[in-house]
Amino acid sequence: MTGHAKALRTSRRSILKGLGAAAIGISLTGTKRSAWAAEEPKLNFYNWDTYIGETTLEDFTEASGIDVNMSLFATNDELFAKLRAGNPGYDVIVPGSEFVERMIQADLLEPLDHAKIPNIKNISPEFMTDAPFDPGRKYSLPYTWLVIGVGYRKSKVKEVPNSWKWLFNSDAYAGRIAVMSDASELFRNCFKYLGQSLNDASPELLKQAEEMLTKQKPNIKAFHEDNGQDLLLSGEVDVVMEYNGDIAQIMKEDDDIDFVVPQEGAMRQQDTLAIPKGAPHPENALKFINFIFEPETGKGITETILYPSPNAAAVALMPEAYRDNKVIFPPADVMAKCEYPNYLGPEFSRLLDEAMTRLRAS
Amino acid sequence: MATRTQERRLAFLATALPPIVWVVVFFLAPLAIVWAYSFGQNVSLTEVDISGTFANYARALEPLYLGIFAKSIFVAGITTLLCLIVGFPVALAIVFASERWRPWMLMLIMLPFWTNLLIRTYALIAVLRTEGYANFTLEWLWNQGSWLMTLVGLQPLGEFTPLQMLYNNFAVVVGLVYVHLPFMVLPLYAALDRLDKSLIEASLDLGAGQLRTLYSIVVPLALPGIISGIIITFVPALGAYLTPDLLGGPDSQMIANVIERQFKRANDWPFGAALSFLLMYATFGAIAMRAYFSRGKPADGHGI
Repeated sequence: MTGHAKALRTSRRSILKGLGAAAIGISLTGTKRSAWAAEEPKLNFYNWDTYIGETTLEDFTEASGIDVNMSLFATNDELFAKLRAGNPGYDVIVPGSEFVERMIQADLLEPLDHAKIPNIKNISPEFMTDAPFDPGRKYSLPYTWLVIGVGYRKSKVKEVPNSWKWLFNSDAYAGRIAVMSDASELFRNCFKYLGQSLNDASPELLKQAEEMLTKQKPNIKAFHEDNGQDLLLSGEVDVVMEYNGDIAQIMKEDDDIDFVVPQEGAMRQQDTLAIPKGAPHPENALKFINFIFEPETGKGITETILYPSPNAAAVALMPEAYRDNKVIFPPADVMAKCEYPNYLGPEFSRLLDEAMTRLRAS
Repeated sequence: MATRTQERRLAFLATALPPIVWVVVFFLAPLAIVWAYSFGQNVSLTEVDISGTFANYARALEPLYLGIFAKSIFVAGITTLLCLIVGFPVALAIVFASERWRPWMLMLIMLPFWTNLLIRTYALIAVLRTEGYANFTLEWLWNQGSWLMTLVGLQPLGEFTPLQMLYNNFAVVVGLVYVHLPFMVLPLYAALDRLDKSLIEASLDLGAGQLRTLYSIVVPLALPGIISGIIITFVPALGAYLTPDLLGGPDSQMIANVIERQFKRANDWPFGAALSFLLMYATFGAIAMRAYFSRGKPADGHGI
């Protein structure tokens, strides 16, 4: 009887464990060994969808003998929500720059030992110095960078929509406009249009932006969940607020589409590689990050995802069509007006969300 | 005697324990945690202090959020009504179909469950959008009509303007009805199937018309099923967030979208928890109403 009960208890516990592992989609076998001694040849990589080269992971396994288990997240919020309750077993994550700052503040990231990532030399120096969200790049290294702008259908616009005015404050494209549904991305680009820094956290400016957008709302067809490129490609809208990399991907399919960064400047972001606190395989993670910054690896990734790469050695290997692409690498004078968003604190996050709720409900 | 009671109790425990453990671990405990969060406040980016404050509920009861609640209840109500109008004849048709066809028709109703909700919603986008299948069909019909009119010597119809069927509240309701229809049809089918067919025959024999029979005999007897259908359609429709997110327009915000943002972008779990619990109270209210309506009536309505 006792023996039976015991067996039952053990099996239930292992069922629970199995469920937990299934729920996060990764395997956690034998994690509790001394992490810094001999690590088992495994790595859990938590990445965005379609955001790695076609053969990158196999190449890494071949070069190092380490098996990579990649699972996917869809938004930075999802990533943050997963990690805030404790790292469920990820070794390398790909947070956006604004979230790097939040995660550093929340003590969720492991400092990176630069000595173990010699390929840092391949990264364009400006990305190592110009990173207000992670000064000195102690916790994160640049994977790709991106900038928000206006994607548009060339045959349907009268002139190049090179100002936020066409999206935020004009009825010229009434009913053919889509903007982002993310409060921070939407409102803080409005700050740029209003001539202010997007890191200006004043409630007055937010109110001004909200009033402008409430007035503009009847002209807006959709608040999209970062699928603006699909709306543009399917002919649903003609001007859309979207990231340059996303528009570059659909320009391969439809040559009537183009992209411009508004003259007022815009929000730029970086997606970065970082190691979360409590990673079960931190040494493998460093090896993996170093491998990503190999010129050939960077080339393979860039060829697939077509995002701007901060890996100068990889960009040098890319064809001219990529290097001279004005969508992927917008002109320097307008990029100079773009800014990385700081994390503006919980109080402003709440104000932003309330403004968004009011705007959508109005 | 005593041992037999003991044995029975043991057998009861053995069968009841797994579901009880399941309910406690995977339902009550998480719910209790979220309930506790609703009385807390953020103290840092990752920590919530359960301080017993009612501030989150006070904020959730502001006119802004009450307005969104009202709108969600309205949209879910319309959805439920449409599901009932569409679902009742469907359920009736299945009940009266021949034995050979019935399993196939039931399977057709359940077939959509085999596909993920997200994929079904994207499929609906492909149907409803400006350059989608619905508009292609309408355009084809329009052009045929135009051709026919020139054939009989009339002016052709003008240029076809595609209908705007996506990114508005219409699309949200269509999407919700599409997704929730099986929830309505299945309980209706179950109720109608149990119905004693001889009562219908008697009603028709005694001179009541088809419609009179439907309203005086079929509907009252199927009422428990109708109410169940209404509740299991209304409750998930009230909490829908994917459909308004993907199909909705600038103003198609439902309360679940606001709740989702609190747990993700806004990182305000206590407020999100308070909103969730207000939604739960509304749901409990709906279920309590069902209990109230079915009280005093015998469970087997078609008794003698």
